[in-house]
Amino acid sequence: MLLIRCPYCEEERPELEFRNAGEAHIARSANMAGESDDDFEKFFFIRSNPKGIIYERWRHMHGCARFFNAVRDTVTDKFVMTYKAGEPKPAKLPGVAK
Amino acid sequence: MSGAFRIPRAGRLSQAKTARFSFDGQSYTGIEGDTLASALLANGVHLVGRSFKYHRPRGFLSAGAEEPNALVQIVRDDARKTPNVRATVQELYDGLAANSQNRWPSLSFDVGAVNDLASPLFSAGFYYKTFMWPKAAWKSLYEPKIREAAGLGVSPDKPDPDHYSSRYAHCDVLVLGGGAAGLAAALAAAETGVRVILADEQAEFGGSLRFETGAKIDGQDGFVWAQAAIAKLTAMDNVRVLSRTTAFGYYAQNFVGLVERVSDHLKAPGHELPRERLWQVRAKRVVLASGAIERHMVFANNDRPGIMLAGAARTFLNHYGVAVGRNVGVYTANDSAYAAAIDLKKAGVNIAAIVDLRDNPTGPVIDEARALGIEINFGRAVIRAGGKLRVSSMTVQPKNGGGERTISVDAILMSAGWTPSVHLFSQSRGKVAFNDETKRFVPGTYAQDCVSVGACNGTDGLSATVDEAYAAGAMAAKDSGAKTAKGTKPKVDASESWSRGMLGAAPGAGPDTTVKAFVDFQNDVTAKDIRQAVHEGMRSIEHVKRFTTNGMATDQGKTSNMHGLAIAAETLGKPIPEVGLTTFRAPYTPVTFGAIVSHARGPLFDPTRKTAIHPWAEAQGAVFEDVGQWKRAWYFPRAGEDMHAAVDRECVAVRKTAGLFDASTLGKIEVVGPDAAKFMELLYTNPWEKLEPGRCRYGIMLREDGFIYDDGVVGRLAPDRFHVTTTTGGAPRVMNHMEDYLQTEFPHLNVWLTSITEQWAVIAVQGPKSRDIIAPLVEGIDMSDEALPHMSVREGKICGVPTRLFRMSFTGERGFEVNVPADYGQAVWEALWAEGQKHGATAYGTETMHVLRAEKGYIIVGQDTDGTVTPNDAGLDWAVGKKKTDFVGIRGMARPDLVAKGRKQLVGLKTKDPKVVLEEGAQIVEDPKQAIPMKMIGHVTSSYWSQNCGRSIALALVAGGRDRMGDTLYVPMPNGVIEVEVTGMVFFDETGGRLNG
Ligand SMILES: [Zn+2]
Repeated sequence: MLLIRCPYCEEERPELEFRNAGEAHIARSANMAGESDDDFEKFFFIRSNPKGIIYERWRHMHGCARFFNAVRDTVTDKFVMTYKAGEPKPAKLPGVAK
Repeated sequence: MSGAFRIPRAGRLSQAKTARFSFDGQSYTGIEGDTLASALLANGVHLVGRSFKYHRPRGFLSAGAEEPNALVQIVRDDARKTPNVRATVQELYDGLAANSQNRWPSLSFDVGAVNDLASPLFSAGFYYKTFMWPKAAWKSLYEPKIREAAGLGVSPDKPDPDHYSSRYAHCDVLVLGGGAAGLAAALAAAETGVRVILADEQAEFGGSLRFETGAKIDGQDGFVWAQAAIAKLTAMDNVRVLSRTTAFGYYAQNFVGLVERVSDHLKAPGHELPRERLWQVRAKRVVLASGAIERHMVFANNDRPGIMLAGAARTFLNHYGVAVGRNVGVYTANDSAYAAAIDLKKAGVNIAAIVDLRDNPTGPVIDEARALGIEINFGRAVIRAGGKLRVSSMTVQPKNGGGERTISVDAILMSAGWTPSVHLFSQSRGKVAFNDETKRFVPGTYAQDCVSVGACNGTDGLSATVDEAYAAGAMAAKDSGAKTAKGTKPKVDASESWSRGMLGAAPGAGPDTTVKAFVDFQNDVTAKDIRQAVHEGMRSIEHVKRFTTNGMATDQGKTSNMHGLAIAAETLGKPIPEVGLTTFRAPYTPVTFGAIVSHARGPLFDPTRKTAIHPWAEAQGAVFEDVGQWKRAWYFPRAGEDMHAAVDRECVAVRKTAGLFDASTLGKIEVVGPDAAKFMELLYTNPWEKLEPGRCRYGIMLREDGFIYDDGVVGRLAPDRFHVTTTTGGAPRVMNHMEDYLQTEFPHLNVWLTSITEQWAVIAVQGPKSRDIIAPLVEGIDMSDEALPHMSVREGKICGVPTRLFRMSFTGERGFEVNVPADYGQAVWEALWAEGQKHGATAYGTETMHVLRAEKGYIIVGQDTDGTVTPNDAGLDWAVGKKKTDFVGIRGMARPDLVAKGRKQLVGLKTKDPKVVLEEGAQIVEDPKQAIPMKMIGHVTSSYWSQNCGRSIALALVAGGRDRMGDTLYVPMPNGVIEVEVTGMVFFDETGGRLNG
């Protein structure tokens, strides 16, 4: 069981308290109704599924109930860092070589 | 007397404490502290099982957890028959009853042994080849026969009556393994004051100090020192000592699973004790001190009972006081077996000869053996063992060929060297490295905060082990935050040491031979099988493993993996590290389902949710159904009524007078705040801004893809307050969905969401008399149609307690839903029930609720929709705000596929024969005469007998359904084709007049 740091509780808590909520940094259009078919496909269906660093949304379901973002390595399963919802993708990741 | 092979004054058990036990119905006497293995050996019993594939007679290979052969069934009673228990691990208790496995009719005469003669049929890959044709025979013939013939043990046919417990624990330093290394590491860490957990799989700590007579620490015999060390650790407040506890899995971030065998060793455990306890430990640092496992020699008939690992024979002698034979041969490729020969010789056992593959080894143990007068043969191999149910001889030959000589023996002790136990290290995702000099894999690159010490790290010799382990324990403590260290390192005064050995098949079992030289005893894999796998094209060791099943039995190849790898590498003509080791996986040894499940079974498997009105329904004799975690009253049968009769009566009564229904399980969410209406606009298809406070609206929630996600009636209590209802099953995910959008997409909206499902009990009162029933109990609400029209909500009091009174209907009748604080739910229900009795009202359950809503064509999300249904498909276009510029699903709904012609649409179906009730889920076709497979154009989603309509009714999703009104379609069933007519969805009171009736 992984330990995940909730950026709101500022604490590492066991994975059981959390629920994954899919890929992060996929913004909903402010003009949703006007999106083209292609743009809607990208927004709703296409996910990156990388081998390595992935940006994900998690929810501290059985804790503060907040959604937040996490950087995880899909090879090692390690959480590189977590940050609050709405914050930009971190420019630099701690301990990750380019 | 506890057995003819018990040596007086040998071992550490007290002869006075005897224990009676039985094996295959025969009674024996052992001593408390014995394992089943040592007790049987003390009685001269070596034959304890039949092998998996060839049914060959088998005895004990080892004295520990690595045992592949001696698997027995322990029987306490009918429900407690544990199969595949390793006799070398099972502790003896008075009255223990064990049976051998995999034999019929008896262990010494086993019919299945013909498999041994027919072994060419069962060679490597036989599963993949032999049983491939004909295909149909697999299910009817091969699989049942193989299972019958090859099963190991019999599972009990009653539920497990034992209970199991589970604990989480946190510590600074977790030490796995309680031999000299683990104890030294634990002492070093514990002395700094950090929190330490020390676990060992054995009943007693000490590891190989149990048999190493040459070890002296702090001036004491090694094992005595170990007991003193464990006593010291046990007395420390910051240390938890767990014996009989196996670390079976090493997971991410130093999360380690351990299972403690709490009561399997007790005569009468009683129900206060769990059988096993699962420990889930999170450690800042882990010290791996898991030791090493001895390997056997791979030669012809090396599986005969009486042939065992040299270290095991030493354990049986030095710890349990048992001689494994009277005339013992030794076959070795390293020094360690000499120590076994020396110990046995000193105990009075004849050593027939030592056969050593090495040419001219030298060393103190060799000198000592020679001084004791033991015959030593260098440069020779045991090329075969004689005997069947028990080894009777060993045939010796110079390793490069030459004259054979057969020596009579009743046991053979073998040692090909020691394999470091890197299982847990490897599970931690550490990478092993091959040491070419010592021919072993040792921990290389670490992936987690752990360290390996002692034999599992390839460290030879007690002195070096204790040095390394003590330093590692102190370092682990320091790394996890220890400030002080005030201990003293244990001083090793005398030590045994050995390394090296051989890997692969011994001379006489080489590529030019066809002998049965076993590599994996438990799965009956021979050296020849592994070569054959390579010859048949397997190149990767993972493929060789699967093709031969080498290392895939319950012992996970603890003794066989390295031999198998070496033989594969030799056959491939590649160096061992290039072929690579197979992956180690959890569990290290088998773990019971009981330990993993723990208390989460039966009623504790999942929470049961009951409404406030549940006790009343129960007292009325309601039949309940499970809806998610909820228990819901399904119907209320009266004397003599079956479900059908009860539902018919309830359905008629509601439309004739009135009915009371417990709707408390409906999901309820309060949406509050200055932007509540804006938020509702975005989350539901309907318009909300203009809904007046005091009014309700039926809302539809979509996912972004445009499909219906949930629905429910929403009441606006105030400009900034909505009381939202959801489906019973959908409440948690709707809440999650709302929170997700509020927190991440629309965080600018000033809104709070609160789940109020459990806070409000809901009593639906439906039917022409509903108002008459409620009105006398209500204060402060004008109940007239003008003041409280259909789809409105008021706050006031009922029976003196607060209520949110909804005028709404899921039956098509005049109806109300009375929300009261849950604590008052049953009292208000009883008051309404008493009023209802005056008007002939009935209580009704979920089945009647379903029928009544289907009569009106009201859908149930999740039954009439399945996640691919749009509002238009469901005939709910009217609920989509046409002027709205945004809501979740607005774009998805407009996708080409979702607006295309011919989509499945919800319609009604009437069977031509009104008595026939369709089956929900039944498929619908246009032409029943077409060839199979027919083109299916839809399916039945809801279907009931409607007593009010006097006929059956159904809802269905049918391609282009609304263009087929009046058409005849067909529902093919096993007993014939049912003709149906496509209709509208409303079967009763089409004009809806009864809502105000
Ligand atoms: Zn949190």
